[in-house]
Order: sequence, then structure tokens, then C-alpha cells
Amino acid sequence: MIRLDEIDRAILRALAEDATLSAGALGRRFGLSQPAAWRRVRRLHDEGAIRRRRLDLDREALGFGVTVFLGVKLAAKGRVSLEDFERAVRAIPEVQLVHHVLGHYDYRLRVVARDLADFERILRRRIMTLPGAGEVEANVLLSEERRPGPIQDVP
Amino acid sequence: MQIDDTDRRLLRRLQANPGLSTGELAELAGVTPATCSRRIEKLTRAGVIRGQHAVIDWGSLGYEVEVSLRFTLDKTNPRAFDEFLAAARAVPEVTEIQTFLGRVDVRLHVIARDMGHYQQIYREKILTLPHIADIEALMQVAVIAEGEALPL
Repeated sequence: MIRLDEIDRAILRALAEDATLSAGALGRRFGLSQPAAWRRVRRLHDEGAIRRRRLDLDREALGFGVTVFLGVKLAAKGRVSLEDFERAVRAIPEVQLVHHVLGHYDYRLRVVARDLADFERILRRRIMTLPGAGEVEANVLLSEERRPGPIQDVP
Repeated sequence: MQIDDTDRRLLRRLQANPGLSTGELAELAGVTPATCSRRIEKLTRAGVIRGQHAVIDWGSLGYEVEVSLRFTLDKTNPRAFDEFLAAARAVPEVTEIQTFLGRVDVRLHVIARDMGHYQQIYREKILTLPHIADIEALMQVAVIAEGEALPL
């Protein structure tokens, strides 16, 4: 497990807010030389504290007016292969996220669509026809906030 | 703003690899670097590109447990949503908050170091949130896909 000091935590928080900040800008903000800031950012990536970058796009401006979270339960567990379901669900372009979960549902999906009619088409033609798909619950996203998380509590 | 095929091509490439330099992005999308930076600047100014965020791998920082908590709220109280959301924002272990139209009213994504820590958060910080009518938990087992890419 990667250990962080106060400056690492501050850098991580700053990059979570704006991943395009340069080492120079981070250095100026936190009182480090540009190379020292660069080394710290490098380490956060190399040791896996930063997994990837997320590009935040205005979905509606790009024609995706509807985002839906789905809970999917597999029918007849044991007889369906999780691999088959996962391979097929990953191939649906409108599916943005797939989590395998434990609880009332087996998978949690995030799906984008142009509008509700488009969503209905995706649901009927692509989701309901997934290998092993059983009960599906859909909740239409109204608002979303990403929070910084407990960065200050990380040892 | 009008978005054309070139914009879409740039966004598709950038979305797949947000760390690309202007030069790399231009080459992949088959435009000149000047066109590329002009287009990206225009998309940013128009708010189509809102920003880029580093995604923290909480597992590498010792947070091994991730749970999707789905709430229905007591909607007889008109302040239920606002008060619930304000209280949820004050819980550091909540990394995402979504509201919905459907059977579920709100979803909180909660992280914890281990099951003992999760139980402590659940009892002390989640069950004490105001106006809860029902809670359902989905424990995350594995991330199968998480690119969050739009099918541009």
C-alpha cells in the first residue's frame, strides 16, 4: 500500500479536481521545485494511487439526454456463464460502466441514450437479450456529484 | 454549439486517452495540430469539455471495500432531498451522490478500509442520515468496465 504525506495528499486532491495541472503549477501551489513536483506525480501514477484520467464532457450538448443506472439480475444462476454476460455487456457502446456486485442484483450498469425512446430501444434490443439476463431495474439519473473522498484520512 | 464529425473524432480519441498531447491527438484524429488546439479550445470554451480529473484508486490507498447504497426517502417531508443530500456531503467516505427518477431516490457510493470499518461508517454515518425510508446495499465485487466513454 502506498504511503502518502501531507504534500502528496494535497497533490492528489488537486489532480482529482484538475488532472491537466502541470508539475510547474503544482510546484508553485505547494512550494516545490518543478522536478520535485514531477517526481511526486510520477510516483502517484507508478504506485497506482491514480488509476486513470476521466474526461468530463457535457453529455447533453453531445446529444445524450438520458443516463440510466441499471440493476441486472441473472436468471438461473449457475447455468449462465458470467464471462459470457460480461463479454456481451462490454460490447454495448452505450454501456459506460459495469460493476459486478453482491446483493439483490448481480450487475450494476450505467447506460447513456439520446432520449427515453432511444433508451427503450437499448433496453429491449441489447440489455434484455444479454446472455442470462433476468430481472432488470432502471433508474433515470437526475443529478450527480462526485465527492473528493477521504483523502485527508489516508495514512 | 454545432458539433461536427471532426469534433466528435477528437473527443472520441481524447476520451479514450485524456493524457494525449495536442500533437499526438492531432495525429490520431488526422488533423493539423493548429486545427486540433483551436477545436479543443472552442469545445472547452463552449463547456462541452468540462475538464479532466484524476481517478483515485482507493484500493491502492487501503480502501478495500466499495458499496453502492440505494435509498428511498420519506417524501412526505418536502425538505427530505435537500437535507439528506447536505448530510451525505458531510460524510468523507461518500465518493459519489446521484439522484434518480425511479424506485431508487438517491445512490451513495461509499468506500471503507475493510468490513469492520464499513460497518462503523454504516452505523454511525449512514443510518443517521435524515429522512431514510429504505436502504439497499450492493457490495462491489469487481469492476468489469469503467471507461465511462460516450458512444460518440
